[in-house]
Amino acid sequence: MKKTLGITLLLLAVCLVTGIANPNFIKPYNAENLIVRSSLHGILAIGAAFVIVTGGIDLSIGSVVGLIGTLLPWLLMDCGWGVVPAMAACLALSLGIGLFHGLLITRMKLQPFVVTLCGLMLYRGIARWLTHDNPKGFQNSYESLRHLAIGRVEWMQVGGYRLPVAAILITIVAIIASVFFTKTVWGRHLLAVGRNEEAARYSGIRTERLLLLAYAVCSLLAGMGGILFALDVNSVAPDKQGNFYELYAISAAVLGGCSLRGGEISIFGVVIGAVLMRVLYNSIILLDLPDQLEPVIIGLVLLLGVTADEVVKRWRTKT
Amino acid sequence: MIAQSLLLASRLTKRFPGVIALEDVSLSVGQGEIVAVIGENGAGKSTLMKILAGIHQPDAGEIVFDGKAVSFASVKEAQALGIALIHQELNLADNLDVAGNVFLGREPQRFGFVDEKSMSQATQKLLTQLGADFTADASVEKLSLGQRQLVEIAKALSLDARLLIMDEPTSSLSAHEAEALFRVIADLKSRGLSILYISHRLGEVTRIAEWVVALRDGRNAGELAKHEINHAAMVKVMVGRDLSEAFPRSQRQPGKDALRVTDLQTQANPKHRVSFLVRRGEIVCMAGLVGSGRTEILRALFGVEPPVAGEIRVDDKPLSPRHPCEAADAGLALVPEDRKALGVFLPESVTWNISLTGLQRHARAGLFLNQSVIQSDAESVSTQLRIKAASLDTAVGTLSGGNQQKVALGKWLATKPDVLLLDEPTRGVDVGAKREIYQIMDKLASDGTAILFVSSEMEEVLAMSDRVLVMHEGRLAGELQRSELNEEAVMRLATGQHD
Repeated sequence: MKKTLGITLLLLAVCLVTGIANPNFIKPYNAENLIVRSSLHGILAIGAAFVIVTGGIDLSIGSVVGLIGTLLPWLLMDCGWGVVPAMAACLALSLGIGLFHGLLITRMKLQPFVVTLCGLMLYRGIARWLTHDNPKGFQNSYESLRHLAIGRVEWMQVGGYRLPVAAILITIVAIIASVFFTKTVWGRHLLAVGRNEEAARYSGIRTERLLLLAYAVCSLLAGMGGILFALDVNSVAPDKQGNFYELYAISAAVLGGCSLRGGEISIFGVVIGAVLMRVLYNSIILLDLPDQLEPVIIGLVLLLGVTADEVVKRWRTKT
Repeated sequence: MIAQSLLLASRLTKRFPGVIALEDVSLSVGQGEIVAVIGENGAGKSTLMKILAGIHQPDAGEIVFDGKAVSFASVKEAQALGIALIHQELNLADNLDVAGNVFLGREPQRFGFVDEKSMSQATQKLLTQLGADFTADASVEKLSLGQRQLVEIAKALSLDARLLIMDEPTSSLSAHEAEALFRVIADLKSRGLSILYISHRLGEVTRIAEWVVALRDGRNAGELAKHEINHAAMVKVMVGRDLSEAFPRSQRQPGKDALRVTDLQTQANPKHRVSFLVRRGEIVCMAGLVGSGRTEILRALFGVEPPVAGEIRVDDKPLSPRHPCEAADAGLALVPEDRKALGVFLPESVTWNISLTGLQRHARAGLFLNQSVIQSDAESVSTQLRIKAASLDTAVGTLSGGNQQKVALGKWLATKPDVLLLDEPTRGVDVGAKREIYQIMDKLASDGTAILFVSSEMEEVLAMSDRVLVMHEGRLAGELQRSELNEEAVMRLATGQHD
């Protein structure tokens, strides 16, 4: 909990500075959009955290976002599928992708980095080949479906601010994930696998199943994110949609207190991490900084975060 | 003998935040003398060694080496004077050959390149002196632990060491390799080297030491001259009381068959078929040299490396374990030898560790953690095993080796196993904790648990077992009843000699 305190304070500080420097920051239009974006990235980050907690990694998240984001409008608009079968197919495919990764990692003993790196290229390529790189979108149809990503809950208004539907979605995902890790046997077992896979096996834990579960959840959430991002932007460029999102997700998880060695997680921290990344991006634009600096700033903050964490850890073991 | 001391340390004190690790400890080692330092875990042995080897600097006290007052700020400075430490966990680079390791960091050079030839010749000379059965260009990866130890010793000799500090040198050696090491030690002594020898194994201390220094709670607890060195005297001076009942043994009657193994073929030794039986209330030991296939049998039984073939019956129910969880469900439990890597989760709490194996069984609705059972199980197990920790929320990594081992064992006690498999249950554990572990084994057996344990400590093999199964090169070389038990009989079978 102390770990998340630092990053929460940092988030508040960035918000405060940006809010004072540019009052547009707290205007409903900007704030609501920021919440939508943070929520969607937060869903991806929670997925990434499931894998990172095992000591693994998933580099294919952004490509899954791209593939599913392309597939949904393609199925609906070009193939004429109904909403329910199209959504089900997208979620089933992303779940299948996760199981595929998990099986390669647990059965074939391939390294997560390599498996998901191949996934990164594979799914991006399939999305582009499927559409010949033509952008896909929903035009003016599927208003109510798009509501999932861009909608606001009109009756939950406070002083002109409306609650985005996406915020409700991530709250549900975060609560389920948090309960999973703190209250369930499987969550505890997954943490044990992340701490020490061999010791977990020696303790009679079905480590393979849990790893499979982690990769499946990660890709499923990436697929869910892919649907929402597509609904949000409405015009999906197969070659660009979701590019680098896996890196944002991993960064958010690390900022939120996940160790890449595995075994440590705070879902609240991961969500705050994702929010911080989006707020930083938003601040750069609002403060009129050259937006080429965005990766520089995010890189520095991440570096600062992990260094501070390490320093605090050492200081604590000394006393 | 003080007069010709090579090393004279007096009133060394070392404080770490919150603890005094060493207080007013004095010690002297004569030229060509073998001095053993004994003491329970936490008695200050390691700290003393680290100070003498230059890893730590003392807060007070002085060290006189070869008649001159010295102080070293680093291992390099201690080495330059002629003091070399051979670590308990050997520090060798697996990817280099023997010569590369011996000269690591100070490779002889020719025109800026490593002079492989002179490096290899110098190493070969040292290896010949030590009577090594491998060559300077052998890959360290392929050497046994005993051979690796010789590489470390060769490294020390190449540094012109005059005092060798050996920290638990036999802890991972087979009896055979340990013998070879004792011969090397005797040879080094005859060449005038002094040796400071740290060991838990009092048997070997009795054999090789000429002087024993005992530490207790960071202070000198007493010293023994050569003629006074025996097991009972050492235990008494270390622990500060008599431990006449080092090996508890209650009256037990073996019950019905708990574990029946027929023609078991392990992945490691698929050519041999092993059959044996362990009854309820019985403590059976699997003895043999390191590498004789004992651990592999435990691993096969527990499904870590599923057996190739053979029949296993637990309480007369067949078991073909493909995964440890299947073995655990059948009533087996395994406490592995490498507790830090496999037995416990060091960063997690005592409660977390102990509760891990029972989470699923006690889960609410099959999925949710049952906090009250987790707490009460952890409390009852830690009371039963007398785990010494500041609290049950303490990270296991901060506990002593003996208490870590109790946690590794306690993890399974809550599951009430029918058959308990223990691999080297007292390795790296101090005398006091050893005795407690023996008591636990005896108690569990009295309560009807079948215990199969692997051990390389002869004392323990002889004292704790109702029967001994002796392994040799992957096969079961023989079985000894308690009445036939003695060291020679075990060693004869373990080394493959026939009558």
